[in-house]
Amino acid sequence: MKLSSPSGRGLKIVSNTVLVIIGLCFLLPLLWLLVASFDGTANLTLKLPAPFTIDNFTSVLTPSLAFGPLWNSVVISFGCAIITIVIAVLAAYPLSRYRMRINKPFMYGILFGTCLPITAMMVPVYNLFVSLNLLDSIWGTVLFMAATSLPMAIWMMKNFMDSVPITLEEAAWTDGSSMMSTLTRIVVPLMRPGLAVVFIFVFVQAWGNFFIPFVLLLSPNNMPASVSIYQFFGQYGAVAYGKLAAFSLIYSVPVLALYVVTSRFLGGGSALAGAVKG
Amino acid sequence: MTSLTRTAVATSTTGRGGATPSRPHRARRALGRTIPLIPAIVMVAIFLLGPVIEAFYGSFTNMALTGAAAQNTTFVGFQNYVQLFQSPDFLQSVWLTILFVVGSAIIGQNVLGLALAMLMRAGNKVLTGVVGTLVITAWVVPEVVGAFCAYAFFNGGGTLNAVLSIVGLKGPDWLYVLPMVSVILANVWRGTAFSMMVYSAAITEVPEEITESAELDGASGWKRLIYITIPMIRRSISTNLMLTTLQTLSVFGLIYIMTAGGPGTASSTLPVLAYQEAFKFSQLGLGTAIAVVMLIIGAVFSVIYIRALKPEVD
Repeated sequence: MKLSSPSGRGLKIVSNTVLVIIGLCFLLPLLWLLVASFDGTANLTLKLPAPFTIDNFTSVLTPSLAFGPLWNSVVISFGCAIITIVIAVLAAYPLSRYRMRINKPFMYGILFGTCLPITAMMVPVYNLFVSLNLLDSIWGTVLFMAATSLPMAIWMMKNFMDSVPITLEEAAWTDGSSMMSTLTRIVVPLMRPGLAVVFIFVFVQAWGNFFIPFVLLLSPNNMPASVSIYQFFGQYGAVAYGKLAAFSLIYSVPVLALYVVTSRFLGGGSALAGAVKG
Repeated sequence: MTSLTRTAVATSTTGRGGATPSRPHRARRALGRTIPLIPAIVMVAIFLLGPVIEAFYGSFTNMALTGAAAQNTTFVGFQNYVQLFQSPDFLQSVWLTILFVVGSAIIGQNVLGLALAMLMRAGNKVLTGVVGTLVITAWVVPEVVGAFCAYAFFNGGGTLNAVLSIVGLKGPDWLYVLPMVSVILANVWRGTAFSMMVYSAAITEVPEEITESAELDGASGWKRLIYITIPMIRRSISTNLMLTTLQTLSVFGLIYIMTAGGPGTASSTLPVLAYQEAFKFSQLGLGTAIAVVMLIIGAVFSVIYIRALKPEVD
């Protein structure tokens, strides 16, 4: 696709035109959210804010409306990401370093687990939570979300660990350090970027997850932002699009920020896509 | 002990049944090495494997959330499945799910993703950067937020109709008149970024000399795409097709927030139907039976996908 070729100029014009059209299609829905959040009289159509105001933000940023649910989201996402990382590092180490008979079935199981449609499981999971008396428990929900992100996390973690050279560990082994201390003192510090990628991957998924807390949590006090935005929409949706947009925007900022961090310092979204590309 | 471990690793990889450590010693060491796997195994067994098994069992009972059946659940055999396959709602739901997956994942996201990846190689650098960022933003924002943006866009008083009115057309309430088209387009909007990134990465790995020599031989852009680029990235294509299919199969929030499966059941794909049956109409057995059908569909796709990835595990 050299631009110096005879068809190059024409091709370039066509490409750019098509790109502009596709870009507009992707832009318009997002632009509505941004503009409506600053609009005193927002409706569902993209229009100039009249009047331009930050009232939507100030009226949403109250303990009962936004802070409570956002705090629940923080607890759930951090809890889920930390539990997942710890368990995934532990599991990835023997899988990466030793040749065991369990490796192959385990990795196939993990790969199968990454494909499991979690949405399909919510009805039986609800039953399980009823019988374990975990319904409406934030920690029960965190544990379940950690379990659902484990297969992908272990898969990614093993791949990252495979690329950490084994020579340093050999030195530690000959010095007589145990498997655990080799793992925590040598391997984990060496794979910090990999840990960060997996952490962000799990955190972002937990932050955005709607269905799991929607089914497993009941009381409004336990709801993360994803569910309370939906309920807010159901209650005031028809009248308060500006506030809804403002709340949605505040809720989206952390994942957008994390995405920028990943793409700047950790090799980008393509690193996340690449981890599952195969 | 650990220095021994290292040499043992070497021997155990080279030859089985080598004379090195004694059998009980080896067994104990192998056990020690599996200990770090235990937390992962326990979590997966309780929260993933348990519900899957329970789903298969539960779909053969008449369990319910309320009423007489909630007190004593009894075994009813294939009754749920018979009921399911006779229900027009379920058959319609299967059809809608196929429509949703084929329309938004297999055709929409993959074709648009590949097209964007190709266009971005030819397009202006600044423009490419802006469009790429927009496409990825739609993918990065949380599902609920993306669903609201799409809801506002396709609503009767939304942006789409405002744009159409500029050229003198009066659009309907898309969510009401064409709910499936709306959710399919919304899912294309939300999910194309993934395919775009996978295909961008794959295309950069196609050696430039090959495309260039084809160009010298007079192959047009379309011919180069069909005879060179696509065959060279076919592995990425098949992997991506499977992944997007699996992801799209379990989309719930986007559809539920945009249309709630409506109007009526006009956009109730299987996840939405399972939710409605189980939690709205308290038909847990029926909801579980739908879950089992979805798990089986998912498993079939997973097996094909895993066969493609086999070399990475071995």
